Amino acid sequence: MADPMKIRASAAGDSTEVKVLMSHEMETGQRKDAQGQTIPAWFIQNVVVTWNGRTVLSAQWGTAVAKNPFLSFKFKGGAKGDKIAITWTDNRGDKRTDEALIA
Amino acid sequence: MDGKRRAILKSGGGATLLGLLTAAGWLKPGDASAQTWNKAAFDTHSLADTMKALGGGDPAQSKDIVFFQTPEIAENGAVVPIGITSNIPKTESIAILIEKNPNLLAAVFDIPAGTDATISTRVKMAQSSNVYALVRADGKYYVAAKDIKVTLGGCGG
Repeated sequence: MADPMKIRASAAGDSTEVKVLMSHEMETGQRKDAQGQTIPAWFIQNVVVTWNGRTVLSAQWGTAVAKNPFLSFKFKGGAKGDKIAITWTDNRGDKRTDEALIA
Repeated sequence: MDGKRRAILKSGGGATLLGLLTAAGWLKPGDASAQTWNKAAFDTHSLADTMKALGGGDPAQSKDIVFFQTPEIAENGAVVPIGITSNIPKTESIAILIEKNPNLLAAVFDIPAGTDATISTRVKMAQSSNVYALVRADGKYYVAAKDIKVTLGGCGG
């Protein structure tokens, strides 16, 4: 299981800013190891962010998203203490969900 | 004859197992569609093909798509910050395309109503290239480009 995500969600005015740092290799499938073998692609394909169970952002990613992906965005609404849940799924079928409260 | 029977048994058994799994709720019929990944679009290798695979064959150039926190020159191609804001009303999705990467499509973000059409992330770039933001708004497609110079590529070993 991968390391937990770092999620920071802060309410400002009538909207909430979400910043997340995920821990993932995001291997492209283009690189070769010391023996000249291609390192197989291993990357996050789907990301879903929910606020109190409602989807506020969903994304499909390819191999070009940088290692340990960073993402930030804003949505209207959200109050202190509301729950933000973020789930990613990678091309091996691994899945991770982390939650944070809006500060 | 024997082989055939075996094949029939096998396929029959397989179907039953699948049925059982579905019945037991391990495999929900909706699971596959809930988490879609547009393989066709991510596998494309040319700008025209990628845009077509995303459904936006001939997007209009737009000055309402703005890059922010995006460098002119990226020293390290492995980590290039990209920020995109679409000021087009009813923006539904934002895609990042990097023209000279082996696979052009880096990411597609679906923006539900209520979420700002602004996203910020980091991508890998193999070499200096145009980066395109393809925006779908109200069913129409718009595009903006930014040229980013890369001093050190992000796809080499």
